[in-house]
Amino acid sequence: MSIDPVIAQAEAGAPKLAVEMVGVNKWYGQFHVLRDVNLTVERGERLVICGPSGSGKSTLIRCINRLEEHQKGRIVVDGIELTDDLKRIDEVRREVGMCFQHFNLFPHLTILENCTLAPMWVRKMPKKEAEEVAMHFLEKVKIPHQAHKYPGQLSGGQQQRVAIARALCMRPRIMLFDEPTSALDPEMVKEVLDTMVELAQDGMTMLCVTHEMGFARQVANRVIFMDAGQIIEMNEPNAFFSNPQHERTKLFLSQILH
Amino acid sequence: MSDQTLSPHVFVSSVLLEPAPPPVSDRGPVRWARAHLFGSVPQVLLTLFGIWLVFAVIPPLVQFFLIDAVWEGTDRKACLPADVGHPVGACWPFIWAKINQLTYGFYPADERWRVNVVYALGAVLLLPLLIQKVPYKRLNAILFFGVYPVVAFVLLTGGNFGLKRFLLGYLGFDGLFPIGATVAGLSVAFWADFVVSSALLALGAAALARFVAGPGAGLGAARNTLSALGILGAVLLAADIDVGLQPVETRLWGGLLVTLVIAVTGITASLPFGILLALGRRSHLPLVKICSILFIEFWRGVPLITVLFFATYMLPLFLPGQLTIDGLLRAVVGVALFASAYMAEVVRGGLQAIPKGQYEGAMALGLPGSLKMRLVVLPQALKLVIPGIVNNFIGLFKDTTLVLIVSIFDLLGAMRAAFTDPNWATPTTLFTGFGFAGIVYFVFCFGMSRYSMALEKRLDRARHH
Repeated sequence: MSIDPVIAQAEAGAPKLAVEMVGVNKWYGQFHVLRDVNLTVERGERLVICGPSGSGKSTLIRCINRLEEHQKGRIVVDGIELTDDLKRIDEVRREVGMCFQHFNLFPHLTILENCTLAPMWVRKMPKKEAEEVAMHFLEKVKIPHQAHKYPGQLSGGQQQRVAIARALCMRPRIMLFDEPTSALDPEMVKEVLDTMVELAQDGMTMLCVTHEMGFARQVANRVIFMDAGQIIEMNEPNAFFSNPQHERTKLFLSQILH
Repeated sequence: MSDQTLSPHVFVSSVLLEPAPPPVSDRGPVRWARAHLFGSVPQVLLTLFGIWLVFAVIPPLVQFFLIDAVWEGTDRKACLPADVGHPVGACWPFIWAKINQLTYGFYPADERWRVNVVYALGAVLLLPLLIQKVPYKRLNAILFFGVYPVVAFVLLTGGNFGLKRFLLGYLGFDGLFPIGATVAGLSVAFWADFVVSSALLALGAAALARFVAGPGAGLGAARNTLSALGILGAVLLAADIDVGLQPVETRLWGGLLVTLVIAVTGITASLPFGILLALGRRSHLPLVKICSILFIEFWRGVPLITVLFFATYMLPLFLPGQLTIDGLLRAVVGVALFASAYMAEVVRGGLQAIPKGQYEGAMALGLPGSLKMRLVVLPQALKLVIPGIVNNFIGLFKDTTLVLIVSIFDLLGAMRAAFTDPNWATPTTLFTGFGFAGIVYFVFCFGMSRYSMALEKRLDRARHH
């Protein structure tokens, strides 16, 4: 297992529990999206969350960096409890990186500027150092030669790898992936998954919402199945795929695994 | 699988085709003309109409402004067809004779160098700011937006304002300070008042911040208040100090000077205010939102002429007697607030076009709200609405002519005043004057338009796929 020194440095001295969710509930108006979700993620764990669309899996991980607000229950991320306190929210977001389905790169900035923006303005890192860190991670995702292009000039797969590098530049302790390969052409899925596998091998704590079951088998410690806002099954991957307990899980797996 | 086993009906190409040039009928000028000018019946009609229009409009204009025009002369006789002996077009000597009035208004002749310095300084600072390749943009911007207005203000008015009261003075605490005492031409009462008021304001801000945002926020609030007041103090000091220039009242200003003062101030003030108002209108804080909406809708709902009229003739009736505000300043503030409201709606249009994902991307990186707006959302939103922003700038530039109704003589006003000179009463004076004014306005507006298009093109490079 190759341990990336920069990631390892960020790991040192972190609390043992990465994420702790107790009795988390969330509503969109009248609609009950998350129902009594309890979940603990230990440092270094890789979780894959799957489930039918509308089951609340994206909402769940978006609650972890407070892109969505939960209305009931407790969420503690990296030892910090998420409340209305904006300072704490920003503190959590500094430690939690996120990759989105549609990349959400900043189109008016170059790849390098995308990567150095947050380290320079949030971590107050000097420009030169921020650029060194950015180039380190751009090399890691294998696109250092595109550093001075704009996101619009890159393919979808390249953009998603840049998005991963951008998140890593903040040296997060936890990475969230919200369907990172769903918006990609089939031939670009692999390059993004390879990057994620490598990241997993470096020991990053990861929560991935994805339907890439091959990825789940390869790197996940646990697979979580959600339906109607609840976690209805959680198991280590081999058991999860070979011996699903719940009827709903069986149906879902039979539909996505041909 | 080898080639021999394939059936002849399989539609699979055995070699890769090289790219071929387009067919001959798709190239050459004849083809172009047919495609773009004479492609269909409506196209033919439009082309013919266009040609007719060009021939109907351009030759008479050239005839009037160039061929038949009179270029030299000392009074109206040079431009009278009876005296000259041929039809007379534009009477350019009229413009040469009135050029000072058109440029400076009634600004005293001996002091006009000050206006020239302001013009020159403005050009010297603005040009490098507009050209991307020139370095030191930050310094340049500070000089142009921060230092230049103060220098221009002192140069144009003459400074030495003799300020007497600050906040406490106006609030009725006159007695606290020694009235009349001066040090180096500066009123002790005013500056003592300023220092005490600043200290009180800083304390007040600290207390408020502590109350609203908790004990940690007090020091920061006090520091911010003091630095804002420090800048205000520096500006006031520059205006108050005696630099030895003869004071020139603003009612003597006129012509292009007034046009530029109003337009440039309006333009530079309307963009930041417009951005703040647009952000305010989208704010989640109900009070901020309501105030922004009220402000925008009020200023958009009243005509500029009403605004100027109120500012000039009604406002003095409401203000306390000791407080008088300069007439030109009132017009400038009116124009700037008016333009801000329009700008706010343009900027809001841009903000609405930014997808939610951009906000989320910024938030997920831990950028706090203000940085998210400044670094991610606004640069993209403003770029999208450059055409609308420049549209507003151009509209504002031309709207400045309305100050004529409150007896401020901008370029057009000075021109109209010049028409009344019996020495230059000729049949074509009016056309020459308005033609010239039109050209001047066109040069400024077209310049803004071209610059904005170049800017769009430059910024758009990032979007090319």
